[in-house]
Amino acid sequence: MGRTTTPVTNGKLKIQMNGNNFKSAVCQKNGYDNKLQINGRANGTGPPSGKRLFQGQESFEQAPMYVAVMTYLGFGLVTLFGYFRDFLRAVGLEKCHIAKERDEQKDFVPLYQDFENFYTRNLYMRVRDNWNRPICSLPGPVFDVMERVSPDYNWTFRLTGKTIPNVINMGSYNYLGFAENNVDFLKTVAERVQQYGLGVCSTRQEMGNLGIHQELEELVAEFLGVESAMVLGMGFATNSTNIPALVGKGCLILSDELNHTSLILGARLSGATIRVFKHNNMQSLERVLRDAVCSGQPHTHRPWKKIMIMVEGIYSMEGSVVCLPDIVALKKKYKAYLYLDEAHSIGAVGPTGRGVTELFGLDPSDVDVLMGTFTKSFGAAGGYIAGKKELVDYLRSHSHSAVYASAMSPPVTEQILRAMRCIMGLDGTTIGQTRVHRLAENTRYFRSRLQEMGFIIYGNDDSPVIPLLLYMPGKVVAFSRAMLRRKVGVVVVGFPATPITEARARFCLSAAHTKEMLDKVLFDLNEVGDELCLKFSQRKYTSRPKEQHHNNNDLNKDFKQDSL
Amino acid sequence: MDFKNVKEYLGWLYYQYLLITSIYVLEPWEQSIFNSVLFSILAMVVYTSYMVVPVHVHLALEVFSGICGEQPESTMALMN
Repeated sequence: MGRTTTPVTNGKLKIQMNGNNFKSAVCQKNGYDNKLQINGRANGTGPPSGKRLFQGQESFEQAPMYVAVMTYLGFGLVTLFGYFRDFLRAVGLEKCHIAKERDEQKDFVPLYQDFENFYTRNLYMRVRDNWNRPICSLPGPVFDVMERVSPDYNWTFRLTGKTIPNVINMGSYNYLGFAENNVDFLKTVAERVQQYGLGVCSTRQEMGNLGIHQELEELVAEFLGVESAMVLGMGFATNSTNIPALVGKGCLILSDELNHTSLILGARLSGATIRVFKHNNMQSLERVLRDAVCSGQPHTHRPWKKIMIMVEGIYSMEGSVVCLPDIVALKKKYKAYLYLDEAHSIGAVGPTGRGVTELFGLDPSDVDVLMGTFTKSFGAAGGYIAGKKELVDYLRSHSHSAVYASAMSPPVTEQILRAMRCIMGLDGTTIGQTRVHRLAENTRYFRSRLQEMGFIIYGNDDSPVIPLLLYMPGKVVAFSRAMLRRKVGVVVVGFPATPITEARARFCLSAAHTKEMLDKVLFDLNEVGDELCLKFSQRKYTSRPKEQHHNNNDLNKDFKQDSL
Repeated sequence: MDFKNVKEYLGWLYYQYLLITSIYVLEPWEQSIFNSVLFSILAMVVYTSYMVVPVHVHLALEVFSGICGEQPESTMALMN
């Protein structure tokens, strides 16, 4: 549950932005304003090249005031009780379960910082049965959860040995349903295991460059519509080890407020100056760019060696989609570079699943560095970096993980190959395109039903990541437990990963979810929403014409885990 | 949601109170401590208002009736 986003800012505001220069409305704002924000069309500093195929609406509705007040009150009360329990532990009236130094070392420099773990010790530990739940099956549209009990309020767990079968999975990043164990689909993967084994036992640079790695790189380049691509074994490491190879001291990184930890880690490791702009806010980005270009490096005022804008395709905590046409226009105007992290959007958005560049109808060569992961839509592991041939050739010899990390395992490579061929239609079937369309349909259906019911949902209408706001810590925990009792597995996220008043449940839809599963989940959400009073939305939606009426008997049937 | 009896409804209201104040995450003995502290504060508020409010309302009414009572007398005096 931890993620740190400390913005690093330096530099004085030398030039005051004249509001008249930027005449069009801002693209999308984040949700910290008083009024309801619905933003439709994106207007930037100039018309983008390429037509817009889809332009979903984004909304970040704010809950009524009493919700924020009660959230703070709740946190305050639990903090008070935290102090009380810490006092009892210090005095010795209560057994201390956390790590402590030995008595002989009490006079040494302290090894464990007590206060830093205050939140973990006094709030997270009380309710941590809602996270890290062990599962014992494939993370497909339904899965089996192992049951566990805790005799001492979640300090220790004991597995009872029973499993909760056929829980509907609303948390796995399985956007196109490629996390499957159908024997027919996985035949080539099994052949590769027999041919190559599992471990590569070397790096790509030494002895680990297999033929299928090169095949995969060519396929990825063809899929994205770029000149060349490089694949790496781990998605997080793709960001954190490649950004230091691209930028260094004397360069500037402009990173979005809500970027993922891997991007922040890569930026910090590189040694470049980092400036943060408001989430998806083009005015803020333009202001920071102008300042940077005008004032130069912090003390010497020399021009920056490079300016790189780092954004993500879909932000997984908000469900918002980046305002790509405007960013491309800005980057061309101020001659900066663009690094686009499509971890959640590749395969999941766009008419044929090519990501946000296709969603907005832009040319992929407008983006300088395209990065993505294979973990989410392709059911495998690993990441890629794509772009011009010179860039990728440079990275092959200068990136830390390309040079030192172990190469991607052969069956994983084959899984990505078969998934990508399926999406592109190269295997002769239309399964891939069917899945992409089904995902888009599921997204539209689920989002519209949730909004009709009266929940507050964040994010763009096209994004398959749906955060449902819960706000109060007590409700977050009760929601997760209630949904598991009804055999729906959800992921809830709270304080360090989200702002303190905006705890949420995050649904990740999949092409493998059938309409019956979604209807069951919606039915349960409706009931739990009424039971826990979670319907904070104050907007009125006209309900869509009722297509069919489901009998309640359908919703109680068990969903068997079968392969598609 | 349909409640079969009042007891179930009251139970649901107590559940809402637990959720909104986030007392739901605490252990039962901590919940009892908080409930007793809150109950005693509320009881003191009720008792104090019971002792104080009628007296003050009575005094306030007296003052107002005093003003309204004097007014017609003074105009009568002026006329005479």
